[in-house]
Amino acid sequence: MLAYLAKRLVMMVPMLIGITIITFVVIHLAPGSPVDAITEMNPKASAEARENLKRIYGLDKPLHVQYVDWVRRLAVMDLGTSFTDGRQVLRKILDALPITILINVLSMFLILMVSVPIGIISATKQYSLFDKATTVFVFVGFAMPTFWLALLLMIFFGVYLGWLPISGLQSMHADQLSFWGLFWDRAQHLILPIFVSSFGGLAGYSRYMRSSMLEVVRQDYIRTARAKGLSENRVIYKHALRNALMSTITILGLAIPGLIGGSAIFEQIFAIPGMGKLFLESTWSRDFPVVMGILVIGALLTLIGNMIADIGYALVDPRIRVEGGE
Amino acid sequence: MRSSESYLQIVGRRFRRNRLAVSGSVIILLLFALALLAPVLSRYDPAVIDVNNILSAPSWEHWMGTDESGRDVMSRMIYGARISMLVGFVAVGIATFIGILFGAVAGYYGGRIDAVIMRFVDIMLCFPTFFLILAVIAILEPGLMNIMIVIGVTGWMGVARLVRAEFLSLKEQEYVQAARAFGSSDLRIIFRHLLPNAMAPVLVSATFGIAGAILTESALSFFGLGVQPPTPSWGNILGSGYKYIDFAHWLSVFPGLAILITALGYNLLGEGLRDALDPRLEGSQ
Repeated sequence: MLAYLAKRLVMMVPMLIGITIITFVVIHLAPGSPVDAITEMNPKASAEARENLKRIYGLDKPLHVQYVDWVRRLAVMDLGTSFTDGRQVLRKILDALPITILINVLSMFLILMVSVPIGIISATKQYSLFDKATTVFVFVGFAMPTFWLALLLMIFFGVYLGWLPISGLQSMHADQLSFWGLFWDRAQHLILPIFVSSFGGLAGYSRYMRSSMLEVVRQDYIRTARAKGLSENRVIYKHALRNALMSTITILGLAIPGLIGGSAIFEQIFAIPGMGKLFLESTWSRDFPVVMGILVIGALLTLIGNMIADIGYALVDPRIRVEGGE
Repeated sequence: MRSSESYLQIVGRRFRRNRLAVSGSVIILLLFALALLAPVLSRYDPAVIDVNNILSAPSWEHWMGTDESGRDVMSRMIYGARISMLVGFVAVGIATFIGILFGAVAGYYGGRIDAVIMRFVDIMLCFPTFFLILAVIAILEPGLMNIMIVIGVTGWMGVARLVRAEFLSLKEQEYVQAARAFGSSDLRIIFRHLLPNAMAPVLVSATFGIAGAILTESALSFFGLGVQPPTPSWGNILGSGYKYIDFAHWLSVFPGLAILITALGYNLLGEGLRDALDPRLEGSQ
């Protein structure tokens, strides 16, 4: 296991380098000098900001020197300062990150809690009414524009029924609330965002869980379990479920970039001050230091998430760590 | 030749029997008709402003009402279909082209080339795609052309993995070895012998990809970073109309529904294609 861990860690190094190269290339896509392109479109960028940018990207030097300098700053987490308010980019990102991570983790939890049972029932009762109903849900889930879903829910639950708050993280009077009062207030604000951010994943994972269950129940060891007279419940929930869950958990890591990317949409609509909203607003105002910073950190988070998923997979499936995996 | 013909016939028969696939194709054919016949079908010029008719509810004159400038929403929706159809095809065309190129080279040559290309794929997959798209759009200026290219350039990784996997198993087969023994060039083997046999899963994933590209375009246009007004797209109709959702819901309901139905159509078609092209997978997916 230790050898496997070490191997995975070593493999992260070229990935890290690749992530920084791609981010660096993206900022240099701007036609002409990046500083001109950036500042010309951003009236707020003062001469000072231009100098600031030149310092960060060292634009008077050859490209490879610029890259090395930038990575060196990145290594000590110097992401520069924001165009719009002059604050440290790292500070801005760290302020916005916790709420985004909280919502994504809760969404992931909700996705697993709901889609695993749905997948099992759909697979064990294939072509039943339940299976057909969830199939319809899955198709709608895949085709749903998230921002539209968010708007509809906001109007229905927030404005029409008046049950849930429609924006922000807490109510105006939040500071007068007791601990539990504040907890409930926050929870109410998070219901719609979490539901919207899970929606696509719910569809995808229900479908995935269903097919991996269907595949597992065709295996020989399930036939053996049935043949030796185990009850159907034991066969499904003990023998089949474990194996079907394994493959489902591995693809959880793959869902991270989608969840982070999606956060731009629902955070903006529900006015949640997270990383997605910060990113979207930074692209609007062409606040490039922030854009680049979030791009790198978002990719790093994904890399770490994938790593955790891989290690989890290696823990539950001995074959992976023996063979070294892919 | 005869055998390939009958394979296509089998696929066609299986496809026609699949109700989901048929309804998906009907939806898409209708949308294409809408997009092509837009000037004939729309009763108003989608760009004409009518200050006496601002935000009027759906009526006989304006089936889907009018927007904040008094423009006919239905005409704008019909022209918006053009954008969705175009973006879907061009973006996925670009993604598929790049994906096939990388996947074929990686799968055919293997070894170090394969390792480098696949690491590149892994690295690209680390970026939250929507963020990457937003960042590039912010640098290159929003616009129809740019978003099609950017969605394509950030969406090829799945195809590359698919093609590589197909090539890895196909290249070991005897007919490929025979072709090599006859002295066929690498290019000939890749394009004549391997690629046609690897196309089925690529076609399926491209169909799903079109739905994804249309959803991405609509989200970008919704946030003002995609197709720019006055050109109507479903996303930007929604983006400028949702502010009036309290009293002019038609500006939010119709475009969203159109996006949903279009993406649904492509997904149904993709599902049907998968079942029809690969009998082994039927029911399991």
